[in-house]
Amino acid sequence: MPKAKVNGVEVEFEPGMTVLQVAELAGNEIPRFCYHERLSIAGNCRMCLVEVKPGPPKPQASCALPAAEGQEIFTDTPLVKKAREGVMEFLLINHPLDCPICDQGGECDLQDQAVGYGRDASRYAENKRAVEEKNMGPTIKTFMTRCIQCTRCVRFVTEVAGVPEIGLTGRGEDVEIGTYLEQAVTSELSGNVNDLCPVGALTHRPWSFNYRPWELRKTETVDVMDALGSNIRADYRGPEVMRVLPRVNDAVNEEWLSDRSRYAVDGLMRQRLDRPYVRVGGKLKPASWAEAFDTIAQRMQGVAAERVGVIAGDLQDAESMKAALDLFGSMGVTNLDCRQDGAQIGVGQREGYLFNSTLAGIEDADAVLLIGTDPRKEAPLLNARLRKIWLAGKAQIGVIGEQADLSYDYAWLGEGVKALKDIKKSAFAEVLKNAQRPAVIIGMGALARADGAAVLKLAADAAKAFGVVKDGWNGFNVLHTAAGRVAGLDLGFVPGEGGLDVPGMVEAAGKGALDVLFLMGADEIDMSRLGRAFVVYMGSHGDAGAQRADVILPGAAYTEKPGFYVNTEGRVQLAERVVFAKGEAKEDWAVLRALSERLGRTLPYDTLADLRARLLAEHPTFGRVDYVAPSAALDLAKLGAKGEVSDLPFVSLIRDPYLTNPIARASVTMAELSALRSPVRALAAE
Amino acid sequence: MVGILEDKDRIFTNLYGLQDWRLAGAKQRGAWNATADMLSAGRDWIITQVKNSGLRGRGGAGFGTGLKWSFMPKVVGDRPHYLVVNADESEPGTCKDREIMRHDPHLLIEGCLIASFAMQAHACYLYLRGEYVREREILEEAVKEAYAAKLIGKNNVHGWDFDVYVHHGAGAYICGEETALLESLEGKKGQPRLKPPFPAGAGLYGCPTTVNNVESIAVVGTILRRGADWFAGFGRPNNTGTKLMCISGHVNKPCNVEEVMSIPLKQLLEEHCGGVRGGWGNLKAVIPGGSSVPVITAEQCETALMDFDSLRELRSGLGTAAVIVMDQSTDMVKAIARISYFYKHESCGQCTPCREGTGWMWRVLERMSVGEADPSEIDLLLDVAGQVEGHTICALGDAAAWPVQGLIRHFRHEIEDRINQYRARRGSFAGATLAAE
Repeated sequence: MPKAKVNGVEVEFEPGMTVLQVAELAGNEIPRFCYHERLSIAGNCRMCLVEVKPGPPKPQASCALPAAEGQEIFTDTPLVKKAREGVMEFLLINHPLDCPICDQGGECDLQDQAVGYGRDASRYAENKRAVEEKNMGPTIKTFMTRCIQCTRCVRFVTEVAGVPEIGLTGRGEDVEIGTYLEQAVTSELSGNVNDLCPVGALTHRPWSFNYRPWELRKTETVDVMDALGSNIRADYRGPEVMRVLPRVNDAVNEEWLSDRSRYAVDGLMRQRLDRPYVRVGGKLKPASWAEAFDTIAQRMQGVAAERVGVIAGDLQDAESMKAALDLFGSMGVTNLDCRQDGAQIGVGQREGYLFNSTLAGIEDADAVLLIGTDPRKEAPLLNARLRKIWLAGKAQIGVIGEQADLSYDYAWLGEGVKALKDIKKSAFAEVLKNAQRPAVIIGMGALARADGAAVLKLAADAAKAFGVVKDGWNGFNVLHTAAGRVAGLDLGFVPGEGGLDVPGMVEAAGKGALDVLFLMGADEIDMSRLGRAFVVYMGSHGDAGAQRADVILPGAAYTEKPGFYVNTEGRVQLAERVVFAKGEAKEDWAVLRALSERLGRTLPYDTLADLRARLLAEHPTFGRVDYVAPSAALDLAKLGAKGEVSDLPFVSLIRDPYLTNPIARASVTMAELSALRSPVRALAAE
Repeated sequence: MVGILEDKDRIFTNLYGLQDWRLAGAKQRGAWNATADMLSAGRDWIITQVKNSGLRGRGGAGFGTGLKWSFMPKVVGDRPHYLVVNADESEPGTCKDREIMRHDPHLLIEGCLIASFAMQAHACYLYLRGEYVREREILEEAVKEAYAAKLIGKNNVHGWDFDVYVHHGAGAYICGEETALLESLEGKKGQPRLKPPFPAGAGLYGCPTTVNNVESIAVVGTILRRGADWFAGFGRPNNTGTKLMCISGHVNKPCNVEEVMSIPLKQLLEEHCGGVRGGWGNLKAVIPGGSSVPVITAEQCETALMDFDSLRELRSGLGTAAVIVMDQSTDMVKAIARISYFYKHESCGQCTPCREGTGWMWRVLERMSVGEADPSEIDLLLDVAGQVEGHTICALGDAAAWPVQGLIRHFRHEIEDRINQYRARRGSFAGATLAAE
């Protein structure tokens, strides 16, 4: 490896690194505003100036300069310091210096660097420039006078998000960042520009003026708004989660976060179920825990196990599902299902329902076929990865399903089963055949239908034909949409011998063949079809399930309980409790534990640790956190089942990406974003 | 005879448009003569000849043209090579390229063919300044003529498939910077790129590209026809050849003239321009190379030679050889303030020092031009200019800083006098910044 000297210290570096990276390698932090590891290099802030020998006798922008063998880099000479001080002075002359009222204050790059390179007083005696605020939509609050024109936001939306809607207009000192026509940025990743902004020009609109960063306590946890399990840091003050920021995890979310994951948290303080309720005379009445349990116990007395059903919702943690399995299993209940969308997947080999290439691994694919999925809505950060490899020209992408705007070009093969059957005759077949590492991503749009198993069989056959699974490469990927799904499938939260699945349970309830239905945070089934069944709803939000319920057991939202979640690639991740559950609500496993006692079937654990010990003993896959087991040989021939298939097109289950779960539906920000995207806009006069 | 260069040695024989610019006229004056022979001599011969002629880029920076050409990859890979001719002549004071384009366009087109052949480019883009409308009309007409005569195009008489595209810019000074020009040519916002990579490695559409000034390209045909030694015979070593010089300002006869390099500035002004208005003694200062180079004083003009090295010794530069002459009636502070406004207006706004510094310098200079400043601000201004110079992506930062530095270097006393007069008029007060009231 080539070597260079940084301030006299020799370091080895990888070929292709920049001077800035080499200097960091040697432990010298270089101040920067425009440079960002995951964006293209702009080199325009000029803060990262260093002296380089051999080279011209002037400071060089280290972010854009390739390091070379034998180079001598100086990061702290008087020349460098003087140059950076000059740049800092220029950045500050037109900056309002309104840190006391700026949301970025306390976590501002400009503020921090000004400590190192700023003057004590300004030499600028002219009037400062002022820039009008811009409308960038419900997620981005602008204060453009503060902008230092680093163009990180421009590069992010253009490169990563794929919606070139932010740009630098004008020239000279009149340049302004804006959206050209004062439109909201239509990216599902728009919140990231606020993170990227090194100053307070773009800040998070939903949280503006709500907190100062130093008031917040920080907890590292995991997101549940999609099945990727993005790593997040939830910042809270008192009982309230004030904001959610991404944590860096290159294997999952890199350092981005989708708007849904980020801004739905205001839903955690609205529509909450903070005490038990019991339906009396057709109306829900507040009740005590004991009354609620009594009502359930009375209703369940004498009810045969096959007339009881349990549905686990999309956001459930593994522990509560395990407790439910133990409780209802001991009663002999077999009507258990965690697939409330009715997806026909999850039996058989674990690799059969995982995203086997892994999220980071999909970047190695050179041909990707999407079947019945709209990743832009279902998993925006996966879509960003697909865009990344498409942009780099590394992969070609084909789609069977909706012709959605995915922010990249793709070959559209057809809308449904017919295209899947005829895949070998399509033009894209050649691409898949010639690919070294072809990948298939099959979504719930193809699996969550009556003929889902047959579609899975067709997809698996196609995958087999194109060598999607081979030595050292498993490109067979299932993209889930629910955060709790894979954990549920891992635990076997599926109908037992003779048990009913979700559509079966709904139908049975409607016909009066099911007496008691437990909904664990399950709100996305058609409540009007449940007939006269006695519905117990456990969950955090007053959504569809709570409206239909006869008894409501208030539970904890994902930020209020420690728990295991398994993402779509099979990665076990640990969520932490950030704040406590609201009011009298309890963590879900504890509710089930208390209920079990009342039902006379006391669960054999008193603490979460005991429950986890049992969980790990029975399901060793939960034993390693943040780890994806190397995928075992997957026999594609065993996936799915032969059967009749319908001609209905594959349609993504997510119609409105901002209203996918009870938390998001309670969120004001999500409602705003949803309204912005809905085809019918409010008229101006309204 | 006036000046040094004899008529027989002029390259631009129709500089003043007195003769026919069309193909027939151009051919009579020697254009397109023996071009095929030059190409058949091979690209190495062409590049060596250009190198030996000592031709330095005529766009201002003075980089060896032959050397620049030799940076292009020797073998064409999977990416085509391009020649881009920078006809975005926007430097205040400079008006040489437009005369070539309207009166001797065929010399330029011929040069494009030769240079493209030498660099194995099959396509050449002429990026024309937005304001040059008539020039474009003539240039396009000339290109049409050349196509019609099979001098260029597919299967032309020279045996090298070659296309010329005239692209009309939108009138931004920054698009004269070579990488900003490429960005603009690609349809993007005209902002300079980071270097490296240099255009010879990744230029237009990411392909190897050489960007040359109009004059550098237009003289190539004649150099090859008459030999590198002929061209190298003019001027001093390292500053050879003939050069178009544009003299404007306070001379009796402002003009464009082709002269030998290293002609004494005084001789140039006296013999070609009818002398300084009001006599040599009335001279105050000269900006010798377009508005971006520092001003030199009348005393320095006595000995200055019009070439790269002599003017650099005077801490100025030859630039585009656009001589701006200023007599004793000139308000130096105001003049530089106006130049400063130009750079503030034309800064692309991409990188910090230039975006913020040009406006700052202009505002301070505007106040100084009426005396509304504090004497300490002169050093502040010099410091700010130093913070801009050499810290930017492209040379516009330098171009904005140099005139200011030149002003303070030579005319500091004038600023101080202005401030003192202002204070005498207004009565003394503390703090210059209150003056805005």
